[in-house]
Amino acid sequence: MADLEKFRAETRAWLEQNCPAEMRKPMTSDGDTFWGGRNAKFSSDAQRVWFERMRDKGWTVPHWPKEYGGGGLDGEEAKIVRQEMAAIGARQPLTSFGISMLGPALLKYGTEEQKREHLPKITAGLIRWCQGYSEPNAGSDLASLQTRAVGDGDDYIINGQKIWTSYANYADWIFCLVRTDPAAKKHDGISFILFDMTSKGVSTKPILLISGYSPFCETFFDNVRVPKSHVVGTVNRGWDVAKYLLQHERAMISGMGERGVGRPLGQIAADSVGADAQGKLDDAQLRSQIANFEVDEAALAAAAERAVDLAKAGQSHPAFSSAMKYYGTELNKRRYEILMSAGGIDALEWESDRSRGGARPRAWLRTKANSIEGGTSEVMLGIVAKRILDLPGA
Amino acid sequence: MALVLTEEQSMLRDSARGLISDKAPVAHLRGLRDAKDTTGFSRELWTTFAEMGFSGLLVPDQFGGSGLGCVEAGIVMEEIGRTLMPSPFLSTAVLAASALSRGGSEAQKAQHLPKIADGSLLAALAIDEGAKHRPLQTKLRATRSGNGFKLSGDKAFVVDGHTADLLIVAARSAGSAGDKNGLTLFLVDPKAKGLAVERTAMVDSHNAARIVFDNVEVNADSVLGEVDQGFGLLEGVLNIGRGAVASEMVGLSDEVFGRTVTYLKERKQFGKAIGEFQALQHRAAQLYIDIEITRAAVLKALQALDTDAEKAATAVAVAKARAGTTATLAVQEGVQMHGGMGMTDQFDIGFFMKRARVCQELFGDSNFHTDQLASGKGY
Repeated sequence: MADLEKFRAETRAWLEQNCPAEMRKPMTSDGDTFWGGRNAKFSSDAQRVWFERMRDKGWTVPHWPKEYGGGGLDGEEAKIVRQEMAAIGARQPLTSFGISMLGPALLKYGTEEQKREHLPKITAGLIRWCQGYSEPNAGSDLASLQTRAVGDGDDYIINGQKIWTSYANYADWIFCLVRTDPAAKKHDGISFILFDMTSKGVSTKPILLISGYSPFCETFFDNVRVPKSHVVGTVNRGWDVAKYLLQHERAMISGMGERGVGRPLGQIAADSVGADAQGKLDDAQLRSQIANFEVDEAALAAAAERAVDLAKAGQSHPAFSSAMKYYGTELNKRRYEILMSAGGIDALEWESDRSRGGARPRAWLRTKANSIEGGTSEVMLGIVAKRILDLPGA
Repeated sequence: MALVLTEEQSMLRDSARGLISDKAPVAHLRGLRDAKDTTGFSRELWTTFAEMGFSGLLVPDQFGGSGLGCVEAGIVMEEIGRTLMPSPFLSTAVLAASALSRGGSEAQKAQHLPKIADGSLLAALAIDEGAKHRPLQTKLRATRSGNGFKLSGDKAFVVDGHTADLLIVAARSAGSAGDKNGLTLFLVDPKAKGLAVERTAMVDSHNAARIVFDNVEVNADSVLGEVDQGFGLLEGVLNIGRGAVASEMVGLSDEVFGRTVTYLKERKQFGKAIGEFQALQHRAAQLYIDIEITRAAVLKALQALDTDAEKAATAVAVAKARAGTTATLAVQEGVQMHGGMGMTDQFDIGFFMKRARVCQELFGDSNFHTDQLASGKGY
């Protein structure tokens, strides 16, 4: 315990000294997130300095082993780093699907060679990854995917189409589900494979969403040649890897709302709807909605903390991330419904400088995907019913 | 601190669960109700609670207790919630023990705490006066008289007030309803002249009392804490009670949920278990998620009460608000999914619904605590 307190004090001092003031302010635009990759650009000097210092410390991913560029911290220590970063409002120095999704799967299923090849490039922000899961006819029923990989000597030849590939147009590599045995039952013929997005035959096409942004792409594979050694885990057992990765993806998505920390919702609302002499919001219904939201938000934060602690104690249910994904995404949608209501007509402007290009309505629309991506809310409830509650026929 | 129980805490939970499920299943409450028992709980079982150290859980070591914290008290409350065991644990071991050990003089502690720990003294906290929990609105008057005070006014919903040997009474010694200043807590003998206790059997077959004070004389030594400055002490004690009741509601919700899921697997209609219908599966899954999130919020609040007084008030407001809405949902879904059987007295599920309603009102319902949270955040 004394050691942990010492570690906390050292962490606090190091962060205090190394985190630039600008990197402690709430993020206001997409450019505030640093994704890394071959074509990475920093939006400010402070962002670059913060990233480099954290990378050199091994703290872009504090809990990964040191030999792969992580910080080698145990669960308790990593939690302290998170808490101390949160205490000063420090931004994540590096955000990537390599950290939140591929990394955990590689650590569990990858060969030593694969780990040494890919993990250090993730922690150093050198390679940006995207996820090739959904297809036009494989959404909630993901295991019915049809993208084919056919053996050709030491390689596979891949043909097919993915959809909803987040930032595929910016990604350097893809982790992808492909069908390697079309004769087997649908869950038993899938493999999990990695390849370079600059490979011949790969193309992407951004999809314009209701927010006016295009964070997702259609991704096409036309005779893409990939070495068989790029399969992670066992050939035709890719569904195990896919499901394990989905647990991490769902945990990540459930926490997406937490990034919005900044001014309390009640104060944001007071700016537009007004307040009485005691500071009580003029709109009693809105005040009640906000307070109910904040009760649930605080409870979810406790549940997220508990989920990590339970996992550390070996007491967590593997499907619990589905429960958190359901609740976190529904809650984030509620947050933005409240923000839109609080903003009134000010929150309807779409292009003005005053509205920072309609930042709030666009973010509001973006949250509607939270309860769809990574498995819909309905799929999450089905997983909880079947795997945790053991209800029949689910 | 990790948001999971330690090994010692898990052992406490196991021993509490063992005792309570063995000696006081729901049938125990049903039996007391049907017999119209005048006490409404088993004194014999309370003695067992004392022997196992539960009654002195929050009493400091030097006064014969085990000096444990709110997390431990919450663990026992959660088990009580599973079987709805009626017991003075909340009124005496949680509220009175906290009030005395936080606010008592050395003489008051030495006089009462050992008796709470050994199970020989029952106590009750008298706060509420109107239909809703509004401690700041306390109107019961304390007027200076000689070297002491005279108390006049009414109290209601005094949990276990019908059996209490000692009352802890919130009174207004200065200012007017709504003021934080001017509240004083008094230790009062229920047999004092001018004091009338009316037992009120409640919807949940637990007991409370309405108490009328007609110029009840108390001396200066009966002041608990400081004259006119009792609100801080009271609020601290109430927050411990709120955390404890929230924990009871987690146990209650979890038990109702477990029974309901079992029923969904057993009950067959249209040739299959009703748990196969997605309409019910999704509702069951939502309820499970709600309970687990509430469980975390309640543990967080109990830990904060033990370690971080500054954050405790907000954490408790969150916990009590959440626990109230979760328990309300759990019992409603429980009755609905049990169909007609859920409406029968023969099935236990209705007992849980009744207790959840009472727990909601105890020390502030979800609306009260949600409002507290908003006011605390300044909007």
